[in-house]
Amino acid sequence: MTPTELSLFEVSQALAKGEVSSVEVTTACLSRIDQVQDALAPFISVDAEGALAEAKASDARRKAGQARGPLDGVPVALKDNIVAKGLPTTAGSRILAADGDARSLSLAAVRARTQGFVAPQDSTVTRRLREAGTPLLGKTNLDEFGMGSSTENSGFGPTRNPWDPTRTPGGSSGGSAAAVAARACFGALGTDTGGSIRQPAALTGVVGLKPTWGRVSRNGVVAFASSLDQVGPLTRTVRDAAMMLQTIAGADAMDSTSADKPVQDWTAGLEDGVKGLKVGLPREYFVPGMDPEVERAVRGAAKTLERLGATVREVSLPHSKVALAAYYVIATSEASSNLGRYDGVRYGHRAEGAKGLRELYAQSRAEGFGPEVKRRILLGTFALSAGYHDAYYVKAQRVRTLIRRDFEAAFADVDVLLSATSPVPAWPLGEKLDDPLSMYLMDVLTIPCNLAGLPGLSVPVELTGSGLPIGVQLLGRPWDEATVLRAGRALEREAKIERAPGRA
Amino acid sequence: MKLSPDQVRHVATLARLALSPEELLRTQAQLSAILDAVEALAAVDTEGVPPTTALAQAKAPRADAVVGQLPVEDALRGAPKAVGSSFAIPKVIE
Amino acid sequence: MSLSDFQLVIGLEVHAQLLTHSKLFSGASTEFGGEPNTHVTTYCLGHPGVLPVLNAGAVSLAIRAGLALDCKVNRVSEWSRKHYFYPDLPKGYQITQYERPICEYGGVSIDTSDGERTIRIRRIHMEEDAGKLVHDASPGVSLVDLNRAGTPLVEIVSEPDLRSADEAVEYLKNLREVLVAIGVNDGNLEEGSFRCDANVSVMRQGATELGTRCELKNLNSFRFIKAAIEHEAARHVELIEGGGKVQQETRLWDTQRQETRSMRSKEDAQDYRYFPEPDLPLLELTEAQIAKERDALPELPRAKRRRYVEALKLPEYDAQVLTADPAMATLFEACVATAKDAKKVSNWFMGELSRLLNESGTKASAVRFSPAQFAALLQAIEASVISANAGKEVFAAMFATGAEPARIIEEKGLAQVSDTGAIETLVDEVLAANAKTVESYRAGKTNLLGFFVGQVMKAMKGKGNPKLVSEVLTRKLSGG
Ligand SMILES: [Mg+2]
Ligand SMILES: [Zn+2]
Repeated sequence: MTPTELSLFEVSQALAKGEVSSVEVTTACLSRIDQVQDALAPFISVDAEGALAEAKASDARRKAGQARGPLDGVPVALKDNIVAKGLPTTAGSRILAADGDARSLSLAAVRARTQGFVAPQDSTVTRRLREAGTPLLGKTNLDEFGMGSSTENSGFGPTRNPWDPTRTPGGSSGGSAAAVAARACFGALGTDTGGSIRQPAALTGVVGLKPTWGRVSRNGVVAFASSLDQVGPLTRTVRDAAMMLQTIAGADAMDSTSADKPVQDWTAGLEDGVKGLKVGLPREYFVPGMDPEVERAVRGAAKTLERLGATVREVSLPHSKVALAAYYVIATSEASSNLGRYDGVRYGHRAEGAKGLRELYAQSRAEGFGPEVKRRILLGTFALSAGYHDAYYVKAQRVRTLIRRDFEAAFADVDVLLSATSPVPAWPLGEKLDDPLSMYLMDVLTIPCNLAGLPGLSVPVELTGSGLPIGVQLLGRPWDEATVLRAGRALEREAKIERAPGRA
Repeated sequence: MKLSPDQVRHVATLARLALSPEELLRTQAQLSAILDAVEALAAVDTEGVPPTTALAQAKAPRADAVVGQLPVEDALRGAPKAVGSSFAIPKVIE
Repeated sequence: MSLSDFQLVIGLEVHAQLLTHSKLFSGASTEFGGEPNTHVTTYCLGHPGVLPVLNAGAVSLAIRAGLALDCKVNRVSEWSRKHYFYPDLPKGYQITQYERPICEYGGVSIDTSDGERTIRIRRIHMEEDAGKLVHDASPGVSLVDLNRAGTPLVEIVSEPDLRSADEAVEYLKNLREVLVAIGVNDGNLEEGSFRCDANVSVMRQGATELGTRCELKNLNSFRFIKAAIEHEAARHVELIEGGGKVQQETRLWDTQRQETRSMRSKEDAQDYRYFPEPDLPLLELTEAQIAKERDALPELPRAKRRRYVEALKLPEYDAQVLTADPAMATLFEACVATAKDAKKVSNWFMGELSRLLNESGTKASAVRFSPAQFAALLQAIEASVISANAGKEVFAAMFATGAEPARIIEEKGLAQVSDTGAIETLVDEVLAANAKTVESYRAGKTNLLGFFVGQVMKAMKGKGNPKLVSEVLTRKLSGG
């Protein structure tokens, strides 16, 4: 078996037993990237040299009996909105790419990409991964600044779905999802503002975990919407996700919103099963336009949990219908603020020949941002502007309170909520590109979780008739990743997916 | 809610985004459509419901000490234009 | 037109930098100056992904300012983002406090022609300072220096309670004095660590509704503040009398032309789009924390002045001068503690010490003599070891070197001769040499005593104890 077919947990064990070396598995990942990059474009930049150097160091540590822990020597990837010292960070945007960068995602281009915005310090999650001993393979593609659901809004071009390269891998963490699904890394970090980890995980048949807001530090994570953003893992298995979460979670002095919650061993109770677990099926999450195969998969998952000893009941989250509207006001408002710093003054793209300050700003930003980012900046600016602030921004935050209360009420009766992650499986590239509203609807089931700051997990459960993965979403109480992971593990064990992507 | 071209222009000025005439038209249509969709908010009864703010728990602030300053090369790395150790921009007339 | 038909109304916004080591939300140094962009972290540069981490020291100083200015310190306050685009603002927004400031409802007392009045403070909020733009250093470009960006400020907003430019200046001086006294701010207008914007309007005498106001900026000295307010008031009156209307706007004081002018460039950018800062929790203070700052508060200048007048029985003027500089007041009190006689100490401080400080450009905090040495000096004069004049010389030497007064007296040979025997011998010599004058004296011209004293002192090279000399003379002349 080639090492890339192993899960993160399995490769960790193999490394511990000395069956493989980190250099071997890192080399295997890099050659897997060589194989898939031109066809699928998961990466924006690849740091082969750096990853191999870290792999060598890891092997040396292990030889000296100083291995650091389960992730030592296990190569992973970072979504390219997470900064790493010395590596370029583009956030999928021309505004952070080097001027003159053709923004190609060809293998040659991503291996050669070293310029653009280069952070002088690691993000906290990057640092924690490095301290755990993981070689960093590179940075993965994303919708520009995380704004999108298909990775087509990347300023570098789209990533393709390993199950069907004519289709989207979802987004915005589509690069991370595709890289994990294509076996190009053992795990990858993504960010999730309105479903950007869970939705691409569902569309590519991998596991995606969005932790409770405040569980993982956002320091060094390019902000889209601060009150919604959260970093989390995309992995092959639920156990892998738990292991990665354990590595990156925990209070951070550099993030005042990171919570002082103990880092648990989230792998400990994974196999405990769901006997006695109370599962809620939100009535409102069977939305109009939902793919029948997806709906069947969700009801099937509910049956599975019941068969395994859980009780399943229907619950209501009455304000779900307005969650999308509240989200688009809040997320764009915060985005319009967070993206004000890209002004061509201190770093990033500057328009040539701009006359005066006004033009320097307006022209640099017009040239640097793509259409979806501009649309959201404008929407958010409008929602915060004098005369509209109360009707839009404040109103949306009031509705957000109601959405949070819906969840509180539901979680008084049940332990987890089960739904589809995405209303439809992966759709053909280009299909929704000209219709922002229909694209926004792809996040309708994942967004409320961000508004309430809850932990959410997407687990693949089956394939559609035409062979596309379907994922289901499990939402838990704040800080209760453990229950969500345990329920997800139960479904994973029963999942009916017998093959890997790209192989019939 | 339908935005007028002037409203779009005003918002674009506030956001410092230059829009071509075609972009302006497209933006006007798309933002108006999104705002129509967002209109659903208005129908929600939020009487007496406080807006969500400050999700994070209060935290003890850090001690007052100098830490984490960058070497000036790092500060200026990636600057589109620098003179000495300053970032340079086209002359600002006040 | 007549200015006297109008009432001038002024509200002031003061930005005072807090005397912390590091910035409000980053660990970068707040030191003034330095090579551009050397006091910065990734946060100060507005890099992608940076987050604010609050400085506890800044919070303490803001609480202290609030307490010293009689404010209510809010147990919970909130951070907000204020948005505008300018190269001195790296993130495109300033983190400030908008709806819920840290302090509210205070006041500053000022003395007016009608007696003491309290100017109400509406609020004090904390916020980040901006960086600096330099326009004339390099041709064709402006330079951006972010060393100052993120330095902690308190913005102190008064109610529109001020009625003249002089009152405004008085308010600012008192406010600055308080902030300096409590160690919150260094009070430096020139370096911009204490800055003032003025909201100025006029209304007809007796009117109840305030006129349209203009905000004046770039007022970096008390003189400019007075001039700008007066100029602006006259401009408003002229406009109104001419049938025109005042436009609400921000105006810049032009130091060269001595007038205010419109800042049109910033006109259409006045939609700040505030919203609560999602990267920070609410700022929650405990009663204990507030009490700790209250306990750490020194006596405020105004209270100190009152005490000097009432308890130390000093003239109002002395109290004013001595309390103007906290270091001066501290030294004064230490000297009073050892030398006891407050008025005598005050005379020395107001006279000799002030002169020496001035001439040498020394700060009261850097004075080299100790209160014990000062007391010893007064003692020496009191005991006639040295003359009052010699005392001044000794004091100057103590000031310059910090040496013991006894040693200075000895080295300079300033001790007076108080040996009665020696004096008597000399007196006898002088009387013998001036027999005629002695006769005149004895015939009733007693005002000749001065002449004899002079002669004796001359013979003693000025070192005779004048009191003793005249005693001996009087005795001998009256036939003793
Ligand atoms: Mg102000
Ligand atoms: Zn201010």
